[in-house]
Amino acid sequence: MMGFPNVPTLSYDVVVIGGGPAGMAAAIKAKELGLKVLLLDENDYLGGILPQCIHPGFGIHYFGEELTGPEFASRLAKKLVELGVEYRTSARILEIRNYSDLEKFVLFTSPSGLYGVWARAVIYAAGARERHAFEIGIVGDRVSGIYTAGEAQTLMDIYGVLPGKEIVIVGSGDVGLIMARRFALEGAKVKAVIELMHYPGGLARNVMILRDFGIPLYLGHKVVEVRGKGRVKKVKVVRIDENLRETGEEFWIEADTLVISVGLVPAVKKLKKIGVEIDPATGGPVVNDRLETSVPGVFVAGNSLLINDLVDYVAEQGEMAAEGAKEFIENGGIESRRWTRVEKGENIRLVVPHYLSGERDVYLYLRVSKPMEDVELRIPEIGKRLKLPVVKPAEMIRLKLKEEEIRGAGKLTVEVVRP
Amino acid sequence: MKTRVVIIGAGISGASTARVLSRYENLEVHLIEKAPDVGWGVSKANTALIHGGYDDDPEKYPTRARLCIKGNRLWHRWVKELQIAHIWNGALIVALRDEDFDELERLLERGRRNGVPEMRIVSRDELFHLEPGLTREAIGALWVPIVGQIAPIPAVIALVENAVANGVKTHLETKVRGIKVENGEIKGVETNKGFIEADVVINAAGLYADEIARMAGIDYFEIHPRKGEYWIFDDDVPGPRRVLFPTPTPISKGIVVTTEVSGHLMIGPNAQDLPPEEKENLATTKEGLEGVWGGAKKLWPNLPPRNKVIRTFAGLRPEPTGGDFIIKAEEEVWGFINVAGIRSPGLTSAPAIAYEVAEIIQRDLGIKLVEKEKWNPYRKEITHFFMLPPEKANGLIKKNPSYGRIVCRCNGVSEGDILEAIERMKFIGVKTPSVDSVKFRTKATTGTCQGSFCRPRIVHLLAREYGIEPWKVTLKGEGSEIGIGDVKALLRGDEA
Repeated sequence: MMGFPNVPTLSYDVVVIGGGPAGMAAAIKAKELGLKVLLLDENDYLGGILPQCIHPGFGIHYFGEELTGPEFASRLAKKLVELGVEYRTSARILEIRNYSDLEKFVLFTSPSGLYGVWARAVIYAAGARERHAFEIGIVGDRVSGIYTAGEAQTLMDIYGVLPGKEIVIVGSGDVGLIMARRFALEGAKVKAVIELMHYPGGLARNVMILRDFGIPLYLGHKVVEVRGKGRVKKVKVVRIDENLRETGEEFWIEADTLVISVGLVPAVKKLKKIGVEIDPATGGPVVNDRLETSVPGVFVAGNSLLINDLVDYVAEQGEMAAEGAKEFIENGGIESRRWTRVEKGENIRLVVPHYLSGERDVYLYLRVSKPMEDVELRIPEIGKRLKLPVVKPAEMIRLKLKEEEIRGAGKLTVEVVRP
Repeated sequence: MKTRVVIIGAGISGASTARVLSRYENLEVHLIEKAPDVGWGVSKANTALIHGGYDDDPEKYPTRARLCIKGNRLWHRWVKELQIAHIWNGALIVALRDEDFDELERLLERGRRNGVPEMRIVSRDELFHLEPGLTREAIGALWVPIVGQIAPIPAVIALVENAVANGVKTHLETKVRGIKVENGEIKGVETNKGFIEADVVINAAGLYADEIARMAGIDYFEIHPRKGEYWIFDDDVPGPRRVLFPTPTPISKGIVVTTEVSGHLMIGPNAQDLPPEEKENLATTKEGLEGVWGGAKKLWPNLPPRNKVIRTFAGLRPEPTGGDFIIKAEEEVWGFINVAGIRSPGLTSAPAIAYEVAEIIQRDLGIKLVEKEKWNPYRKEITHFFMLPPEKANGLIKKNPSYGRIVCRCNGVSEGDILEAIERMKFIGVKTPSVDSVKFRTKATTGTCQGSFCRPRIVHLLAREYGIEPWKVTLKGEGSEIGIGDVKALLRGDEA
């Protein structure tokens, strides 16, 4: 086996990359299943993005009660420590190498030096990154006062810095709405939330924030330009038509702060480098029902797999990946007599996992392309039908399929249609 | 007694001049800059090319034609002495139509007159060997192997660090308000920070060189800003190996497609003439950027989807009356030397401009320059953790654990890199801490996420090292503070 000269090496059954909810849940599960596991996280603390999410709304499914982000994180961290799971913080992955199915090598750096880790399986749970202002084509002056929502949240709730006092938020997804409330609670004036689509992007409970705090929501609008000297002074908003084209109708909003909250992208560059196949719809890897990627022995969970709305499902995916790693190590691979491909039918934007073994129960995570009411979620090949009063792109649908339902199916097409 | 030289403007011209003049025993050199850090004016936003010298017509623009090729040759040495990031990858000026060859022949002839070596016209077959991703409509090109690229702000920083190490004094955030002239001789410079005595003033003030000249009573030229806009893409987007130019038109060298020194595909610039009063107008525009996109696509059809854009920006070129560089000692005011109108190829010409200024001081002002016995031509680049081989990285971390702590995850910039950058900022006299100063020295915040993860940590480190509150750290100097106070400032009602 190869490594690097003068770089000490460690050896584990499974190395978990990322110490957020997916990674911690994966490491805990792996330990419980009797695997020798090492968890690595690049921050100085465990929890990923949760420690800065000081609002409630976490844990209803996973812990059966409503928690704040730091509470959710500390419960997992506590369990991790109690079980004696080995972990390192301030440990940043430099490279993943796939020498063979059962020989993975992970090089990481930390304040105590560089280390190489040999492992039989890798669980990748490194989260996502935020899309930024340049990606959505905002032009104008290069000034201070433009933050992604996560950056503003880090400044406020990790470093205690208030970014500004007159706020415009781009994007009505959950993160944007939660930041609207966060700013309002500190006495800042949130002047508008601007949403490109003609419907809000967040969970219904978060859209309520706007009413609670009297914040105007502009659906079918977009911010196209920023003006200011040194600091943001005003932003230009344009109305969008049904086909998402700019109408000539425009106006300016005076503000010193522009918060960009236009979605997350799975952070999978290091997986792409080892040849992991990516689903353009999710931005994350193509996986089977053990959450194994196209590179055998490399598993993925949480927002690196697909962008989730609820941390509960993120943690659930971590556990699934750990179970997968266990099976992979014991059997020398994830086997199925026949892999069933999951296809996207009408009004389905994405669905994960992409392949089912048909040999175990499975959760499908899916999102629709457009909002609809009084619909049926159908999988015609197995005669599955589920009535849904409302579906929205903002709300991920999680569907449990039992082994006996899917056994032997050639393929499954998921669709959302009017009955 | 030493001759006191004040250089106005710490851009590529002023910094190069400071470095060259730092060599002389009998000069006391002061470098004045209005911004909080060096290289933030014209030098900041341009195509970052070391041109070949074939483009400038020696009849119309003799100074440009003479200094461009000379500067190109000098940069080949300077990048090594100063450890400036660079790549010598050559340029292709691409023909898309038969009549373009006439223009390429003209450029070839002009290049030969200007002394540009190794240029030749390449056929369609050879062209695609040199550049497989080029548009299939290309029918040939002029190949200029001596063209290269450098990182322009890091170059200015390197020059100033080397100049300061050799005794040059910097005065940052120092704005010139007047030039004191008595009996036709320079006496000094009035600034917002007080009076600085001078025997010689070198006006390297970029876009403001006309205003500075007028302060000395010299009023025969005007500088107007010409805006150019650019797109930069993520580092996983494939770009060309060479610098690609279209065949130039009488108006413009055209929109360049290139992979810049950090490995990002970059396209631009367009050219938009602005009125003289818009010297701070660095706003990008939708129309301008779309024009650049369309232009670049003609050479490089495989432009990526828009979600691969990591940045757009605009720069201003200082266009002088007449179009040629204005580099001369002004006869009416003894001791006043203009280095004005340094538009393209100014970055390329900068080293040659600096030697030209030294010669003017000797020849026209009659000051015999005496070389120092000890002058250090070398300057060491700061540590870039991501460039170190693992064994070496490990050794460094053992000595200083902060190199093991990654702050910018996209580019692998360590806390140690950032602390080194902050030390270097202080070394050249940067008093207002800004994220941009760290960014230009380390590449932190310039990756896929554009700093949304690491900017708060950089702010934290700057605040700690400069001993100020984190919200007072700026993005790019006074007026661009990161925050307005601590998180409860508005609720307490004590925000300004």
